[in-house]
Amino acid sequence: MKEILILILLFGLVGSALLSVLIRNLLKAAITLAAASALLAAVMFLLGTWIAAVIELSVCAGMITVVFISAISLTKPLTDEEILIEARERRGRYIFLPFILIAVLALLIILKASNLMNFDFIESANSTSVPDFTTQTSVIWNNRALDILGQVIVLLSGVFGVVVLFKERTAK
Amino acid sequence: MIIDLNFIIFASIILLMVTGLYCLLVTKNLLRILIALEVMTKSVTLFLISSGYFSGNAVLTQALVITLIIIEVVVIVVACGIVIGVCVHNKNLDIKNMRKLKG
Amino acid sequence: MQALFILVPLVLVVLLNLPFKQAYRKTAFYAAVFTAVFQMVLSLTSGFLLWKNITDLFSFNFIANLGVDFFSLVVLFTIGLISLISIAVCRSSYDKDKFNFFNLILIVMMGMNGVVLTRDIFSLYVFLEITAVTSFILIAMDKGIEAFEGAFKYLVLSALATIFILSAIAFTFNAVHSLSYTDISSYLKGLGGHFPPQIIAALVLFITGLSIKAGVVPFHGWLPDAYMSSPSAVSILLAGIVTKVAGVYTIMRFAGDIMNNITIVSNILMAFGALSIVIGALAAIGQKDFKRILAYSSISQIGYIILATGAGTPLAFAGALLHFFNHATFKSLLFVNSAAVEYSTGTRDIDKLGGLAGKMPVTGVTSIIGFLSTMGMPPMAGFWSKLIIIIAVWTSGNYTYSVIALLASILTLAYFLILQRKVFFGKLAEGLRNVKEAGALMSFSAILLALITVAAGLAFPFIIYYLQAHGLLKLVIS
Repeated sequence: MKEILILILLFGLVGSALLSVLIRNLLKAAITLAAASALLAAVMFLLGTWIAAVIELSVCAGMITVVFISAISLTKPLTDEEILIEARERRGRYIFLPFILIAVLALLIILKASNLMNFDFIESANSTSVPDFTTQTSVIWNNRALDILGQVIVLLSGVFGVVVLFKERTAK
Repeated sequence: MIIDLNFIIFASIILLMVTGLYCLLVTKNLLRILIALEVMTKSVTLFLISSGYFSGNAVLTQALVITLIIIEVVVIVVACGIVIGVCVHNKNLDIKNMRKLKG
Repeated sequence: MQALFILVPLVLVVLLNLPFKQAYRKTAFYAAVFTAVFQMVLSLTSGFLLWKNITDLFSFNFIANLGVDFFSLVVLFTIGLISLISIAVCRSSYDKDKFNFFNLILIVMMGMNGVVLTRDIFSLYVFLEITAVTSFILIAMDKGIEAFEGAFKYLVLSALATIFILSAIAFTFNAVHSLSYTDISSYLKGLGGHFPPQIIAALVLFITGLSIKAGVVPFHGWLPDAYMSSPSAVSILLAGIVTKVAGVYTIMRFAGDIMNNITIVSNILMAFGALSIVIGALAAIGQKDFKRILAYSSISQIGYIILATGAGTPLAFAGALLHFFNHATFKSLLFVNSAAVEYSTGTRDIDKLGGLAGKMPVTGVTSIIGFLSTMGMPPMAGFWSKLIIIIAVWTSGNYTYSVIALLASILTLAYFLILQRKVFFGKLAEGLRNVKEAGALMSFSAILLALITVAAGLAFPFIIYYLQAHGLLKLVIS
């Protein structure tokens, strides 16, 4: 039962990622990207990593979409006739993408069915029990404490980036 | 029909990566480059979580993914800042106009 | 002791940004200078028990994940030295944004120290990203259109490199089930030469990602634009230490130490190295911008280091390490000179410059010292490290690569002669009648770096003898 649910969610994830690449309007592309993040968060939740799923949902599906939409609204849109010309040219470039994806998928299915390449390196699930919450948090805080320090430093750097890059400037 | 979970997850990782890479190579819009980088980051996130799940050590990879998400947010924010800066000078988001540095 | 490298700048950044008004803004320069000098002192005196006692007072959780050896200490000392030079050059420049620059340089020092100190492959990724994000902000700091373009190109390629490195980490985690260097190293030794396809994929992706970050040909597209369009103090930092720590140090650590000279990786590295030497030198000959010539020269010199890393013998590794330090000093010296020329004359176009040796004597003399060291002329330090690299590559059996490295010195001579003649010698160009020598701090930095180059060159045989006697370098030819 869980496998079928994960299959449906993964199908939605690949589909919405494909849509976010193909859609011409940047605003709608950012929203489909948020939908992809939400579906990925659901997959992570089903695989047992709850903390990461919540952070992915709130940060990627929330904050990154807000940043994208603010960047889109701060940059100028094209005029109407330029949009038509650009749409036609764009279709010519992106038309190959669905065919390439179907070809890659067919290649992978053929490789699996004919046993030419074994996928054992991702082993099958042997334990389906998920450790409880205190073990999860203790691993994050005790084993990977250096990464937490790195996150703090990266956030400091991001703060300086915002101060330097987003300050009011006069056009040169 | 036998549903083999690890094959399905691996297939979707490869498909996401190919989508992101194709978009990165083909696009002419600066912000769509950032969307392509985002899609590829989702693919790597899925790869990390699934490899942790299948080898039984999901808590460790969860810690890695949390750090990855935070770092990636900061990179996207700085990237949007740079793109807005380019657009203020060039007045549009076309990558063909970024030709000031030659040679 | 190791944690002090990361914690001291962090505490200073937090203290500098507390919400008390203007009193703290002036002290940012002194805080940054203190950190750089402290780092140099700490890396030289690391054996003293005093540092261990200080950090034992605070027993942190993550000390087990940090470690140093002789190679790391040399790199840490270089980080401190070049950061000090960059801070000095920024102090004598004319922009108004210095407070942010001093804070950002403290953060980038933290990132580089983390890359050097970590013993864990995912923490390596975290600190690589800290260095990269801070570099994007530093390049884009003067907010001109060229700076934004250079920063954007660097950003896209660096993010692509990050994706490759993360995929390699995921493949490795699948096979090894652990993330520390020792576990990966023993796993690779245990494989004994039969590599399953996922390990080959992991190695190729990892080396590709690190090569993009190091600016090795064919992934060097971002490097000339980023070096050329950034402010002068940032160019010194980038060319002198950031690209080298983020890319070249990690390749040396992995190919030399952890992967332990797997044949396929060594061959790829030697091919990339030789390609970088030749293409970097050829592309530098036709350029018109002072900093762009220096950027292509950096690509060429990094090719020497990668070639030596690929060769794999202990002598080659010693040559690579020595060339790492030498290139940091002479390339930073040349970038300080270009900053001085740019501030005094307002242009970097070598067609518009000429005859500056009379007006700017300190810059002229120190740039000659820098060029001689790059070309590998005795008794400068560059001669010794290039000689060791060429001999080591020859004795490890790769005769063609050794000959290519030797012949590329002629190309290096060519473009530097063009540069010297056009900028410093010849007739004084119009409009340059009243240029003066650069400010005191900039001249001081140039003289300091020139003295280090000359002193290291004169003392090299003694240095090699001392290191060999203490067993720190295992040399094949004694």
